[in-house]
Amino acid sequence: MTAVGKSLHRREGPDKLRGVAKYIDDYVFPNCLHGVTLRSTISCGRVLKVEQDPAFDWSEFTVATAADIPGKNCVPFLQEDQLLLARDRVNHPMEPIALVAHASRERAYEALAHFRVEYAPEEPALTMEDSLRLRRTIYPPDNVFKDILISKGDTAHGFAGAHVVVEGEYRVPWQEQAYIENNGMAAYFDSDGTLVAMGSMQCPYYVHKALKVIFDLPAPRVRVIQTTTGGGFGGKEDYPSVLAGHAALLAWKAKRPVKIVYDRTEDMAATTKRHPAKVRHRSGFDREGRLSAQDIDVVMDGGAYMTLSPVVLSRGAIHAAGPYACPNVRIRARAVATNTPPNGAFRGFGAPQTLFAAELHMDKAARTLGLDPAELRRRNILREGSVTATGQVLRTSVGMDEALEATLQMSRWPALRASCEKWNASSRKTWRGAGLAAVYHGSGFTGSGEVYLASKAGIALTREGRVKVLAASTEIGQGTNTMFAQIAADALGIPASLVDVETPDTAKVPDSGPTVASRTCMVVGGLVAKAAAKLKAELAPRGKFPNTQAALRRAAASLCAGAPQREFIAQYEKPAEIQWDDRTYSGDAYGSFGYAAMVAHVEVDRSTYEVRVLKLWTAQEIGRAVNPALAEGQIIGGSAQAVGYALYENPIFRDGRMVNASLTNYVIPTAPDTPPMEVALLEKPYRHGPFGAKGLGEMPMDVPGPAIAAAVHHATGVWVPKLPILPEDLAAALPA
Amino acid sequence: MSAIKFKVNGKPASFSGAPFRRLLDVLREDLGLTGTKEGCGEGECGACTVLLDGEPVNACLIPVCQAEGRAVETVESLGTSKKLSALQACFLDKGGAQCGICTPGMLMTATAYLREAPKADDAAVRQALAGNLCRCTGYQHIVDSVLAALPRPKPAKKRSSRARK
Repeated sequence: MTAVGKSLHRREGPDKLRGVAKYIDDYVFPNCLHGVTLRSTISCGRVLKVEQDPAFDWSEFTVATAADIPGKNCVPFLQEDQLLLARDRVNHPMEPIALVAHASRERAYEALAHFRVEYAPEEPALTMEDSLRLRRTIYPPDNVFKDILISKGDTAHGFAGAHVVVEGEYRVPWQEQAYIENNGMAAYFDSDGTLVAMGSMQCPYYVHKALKVIFDLPAPRVRVIQTTTGGGFGGKEDYPSVLAGHAALLAWKAKRPVKIVYDRTEDMAATTKRHPAKVRHRSGFDREGRLSAQDIDVVMDGGAYMTLSPVVLSRGAIHAAGPYACPNVRIRARAVATNTPPNGAFRGFGAPQTLFAAELHMDKAARTLGLDPAELRRRNILREGSVTATGQVLRTSVGMDEALEATLQMSRWPALRASCEKWNASSRKTWRGAGLAAVYHGSGFTGSGEVYLASKAGIALTREGRVKVLAASTEIGQGTNTMFAQIAADALGIPASLVDVETPDTAKVPDSGPTVASRTCMVVGGLVAKAAAKLKAELAPRGKFPNTQAALRRAAASLCAGAPQREFIAQYEKPAEIQWDDRTYSGDAYGSFGYAAMVAHVEVDRSTYEVRVLKLWTAQEIGRAVNPALAEGQIIGGSAQAVGYALYENPIFRDGRMVNASLTNYVIPTAPDTPPMEVALLEKPYRHGPFGAKGLGEMPMDVPGPAIAAAVHHATGVWVPKLPILPEDLAAALPA
Repeated sequence: MSAIKFKVNGKPASFSGAPFRRLLDVLREDLGLTGTKEGCGEGECGACTVLLDGEPVNACLIPVCQAEGRAVETVESLGTSKKLSALQACFLDKGGAQCGICTPGMLMTATAYLREAPKADDAAVRQALAGNLCRCTGYQHIVDSVLAALPRPKPAKKRSSRARK
């Protein structure tokens, strides 16, 4: 093996560093119009009239409404409940009502002021509590998009025999993905009538599916191309389908290319965010501090339409018990509708919410039991042979123990804790504390998700003697291009420099599924290796695979038979031992899990109550690090986003609308806010992952929240059972 | 209206139009230099950072008339397709760029910082980059990249070897 395991340079790095990589706003389309969106200003009600000011000269403008949609007026995800453009009612603030395009972006914005929308406002349900009380029925009959029950053993029996019972309620808010490149999309119709959409996105085939439905076009007449994407983090999983629909509708009506690029405020106020959640825990422990029962209730706020909420809820529910082996578990989880913009995917996809609750609760239990938080975890963590809440037996590649012990060792846990206590006894200016968290994170789609996706990826040998990876999985900064090239190179035994990665363009690549769920390396990377094996079997069934471009060119001469390239496609096949039952929510929720622990060292100012993270230590077991430098980049970057979740990012909603929708007052961490991190990559190979690799992109988002909250408790003695932990929270809890 | 004249990456440039047009738009749309990015349009994220007479500024907050007679440097001035600049090469080697959208601005701020011949100090680099937001990297690999681009401290080595004697 020559490429896998090496920190090869990011493939598209030089273009990004020179500023020549092209993001959607960098493309110039001849004769292009700029599109803007008229949005609802109320949270809920009927739309009585949409009028255009007759005194305004509309002759240079293109206006599109629901009436112009040639196919179905919807944004198809799990259901078709969300309209592309509202018709007679709106269910959340910022809901799109009409579209306007003009050659000048400024003039297009100007036109928005010349619409008059008349509403009959209704009483909204703006919170999860209002929704469950049916203050307004948004999603009949009960506002519950999805209700999940996970049940294992007998919790009544488990609590009856418990020595100690610990209870707690935990809350987490929305979180904005805050990619630095706002959402943007361009659309046009080719000379042959093919609808082409290009833009910033994670999932070209999601956009493809939406456009087929909205325009009632057959698959070959829709083409979706990803442009260089300036961050996604889930925020470009589902929303680009809306944006592509809008740009395409204006292009259809104007018969010209149309580009829509949101400004920051529109992007933050209108597009999806992490689901707020409320999680209640009741857990029983025996005399030795072993879990005897866990009863967990999860409610997530889905916003006004279903979008992906049931799937987010599913991952949240499955991770809600934390990385622990408990014989008796009951988890009830519901996603509810509110009159707020739909929430969607954000790195971790439900797990950071429930793992924050599980882990801070575990810390609270350690305190109640009089045990060191590390010791309580040692007594309960999942190990090889353990059974999870869904009844999944963890057979191999279980690295929780190693991740926990490595993290404790790196941080010198007992000495660190003692040093904080010593500091607090003498310092007048600050308190210090150290906190621990342990998590696991399932790789790939939940349950039977991968079976339904049935993803395909391919390898092509070109006439020029180069190998090309064919996949719709997008490079969004995480290193897809580089990682795919490394896997293909080693699967064939050729230098990675002979491998190219095709642009995710639905006219050129098969549907390898969405770029989400920590699945790109483990699942799609596995398909790339499988496709490479097919090429190898064809070209060199027994002999040595050609490993220079000249030799590959010679081999391609016969293999391609005159065509520019010959493709080999592999499709996902479920490993036989993975069994999942959607009906009872039991079985193998994921093919495998990654495992991570983290220690946070924090300092709290005794007069301002500001919390600063001094350092983070983390060991993460990911099966195999295909590219260690990129893997470390994912861990450090994901952890920094979670530092923001823990301490800074405080979305403020009024009447269902985000009011601090700008980077000025929605604060994400800067370089000085972000602590130095020490990262250890641990490898316990997973046999169905390429070269042993499991997922890793999302797990880093799970750990800092609870580790920092536990550290704040260690520093101040105050439990703040919510995120973000603001100075105001500490001021309220601490004696003046 | 007379044209506004200034220099971009060492070459003369001029703009005839609204004097309050954002320097960012003039660079991107009128001069075709799309390496400079827009992230927020209100001076918070630093993605549009360029150097104005050597000082890092947010091009989204600078009306083009303010560039009159001055020198603008953008990411396009740094390396060539054949050879990356030393700083760009360090970013490639240390993983300082992920999605790449903050990278041009980050490079320009770092360029100004490095010209001040600073000492190797993690906290000082973080402070220098405080006006440039990155959502991907968690900054550590960016800080490592900037530190790696500092001139090698050869004289310091000699001093320390003398000290050991």
